[in-house]
Amino acid sequence: MSTKIALSAAYLAGVVATALTTGAITTGAAQAQEKEKCYGVSMAGKNDCAAGPGTTCAGTSKVDYQGNAWTYVAKGTCTTVSLPENRMGSLEPLQRDLPS
Amino acid sequence: MPRSPEPAANAGTGFAAGFAASLLDPGRATPPIVSTTTGGRADRRYAVYRNNVTTSLADALADIFPAVRRLVGDAFFSGMAIAFARAHPPRSRLLFQYGHDFPAFVASFEPARDLPYLADVASIERAWLDAFHAADADPLPPQVLGTIPPDDLPAVVFHPHPALRILRSPYAAFSICTANRDGREPDAPIRGDVAEDTLVTRPGLIVSMRRLPPGTAAFLLALVGGSSFGAAIGTGFADTEEFAPAEAIRIMLNAGAFVAVGASRDRPSE
Repeated sequence: MSTKIALSAAYLAGVVATALTTGAITTGAAQAQEKEKCYGVSMAGKNDCAAGPGTTCAGTSKVDYQGNAWTYVAKGTCTTVSLPENRMGSLEPLQRDLPS
Repeated sequence: MPRSPEPAANAGTGFAAGFAASLLDPGRATPPIVSTTTGGRADRRYAVYRNNVTTSLADALADIFPAVRRLVGDAFFSGMAIAFARAHPPRSRLLFQYGHDFPAFVASFEPARDLPYLADVASIERAWLDAFHAADADPLPPQVLGTIPPDDLPAVVFHPHPALRILRSPYAAFSICTANRDGREPDAPIRGDVAEDTLVTRPGLIVSMRRLPPGTAAFLLALVGGSSFGAAIGTGFADTEEFAPAEAIRIMLNAGAFVAVGASRDRPSE
């Protein structure tokens, strides 16, 4: 089982170099999947939720484009989302389109 | 099963404690402090309350463990969840903290014995929610590792990301879990008895789960335990000769498993 392996510093440096140069290291792989919460863009009943499973707010928005409901969108795209009747997405909760 | 006074101990004192004492156990009488407006017994009204509490806990478990529920069906899951709720009332008032004991309960739940992988699937689902609620932190930028002088590399240690979870299973728990969470049919039939290790991370706002190649879980667990980089690579090889260190490093960097690297576990001053 536990064969004793002498791991030299040179060996480790080689492994790290291989890891960093071969294929799929995308510096910023994390950033690529980064999302932001975008308010006021979800259709009724299609919002994501702050708290996740075990709570009940996902999918509870009452009206289309509800201002205080949010959906995950790719980072940097929220405020570029434009919607019918000159609505825009927002990184902060909005006062428009609240259910009565 | 008669229940210990644990729920009451959580419910404070006075009226609340008296009211809660019998909430999760239908075998116990309605508390005497609960009565109708005319002073009569309120058994049926109390039963409504008891039903609401029990069902809400079972519903929370169904939301936290959707793959387990899909695997056993709604009726089986509901029965198992209610049995769990009665044996393990919530210890936190935060519902998303519920069910940390559920995987162990599933493992010992006699009717689920035919599904030996079920408890490991539950562990992955609980880890998903832990990762979801873990503190935000920026992952270690991959290029940082390349800037460490080679002579220092063997001794460096890594600081785990708050969302990092590593789960080892003798069954195909990852494949079974992901296939049943997505609701998508797997590309190929899943062989249940193939051991699988699962890595759960959350580099941004989205939880990520991936299956780890051989030896990588042992390597990452060693790093989490505080082993030096050099020692952890050795642990990976000791786990299996198939261990591929460059691939393991690439996975841990891409997944955002760690937030910093330094000479010791003391928080680096940057």
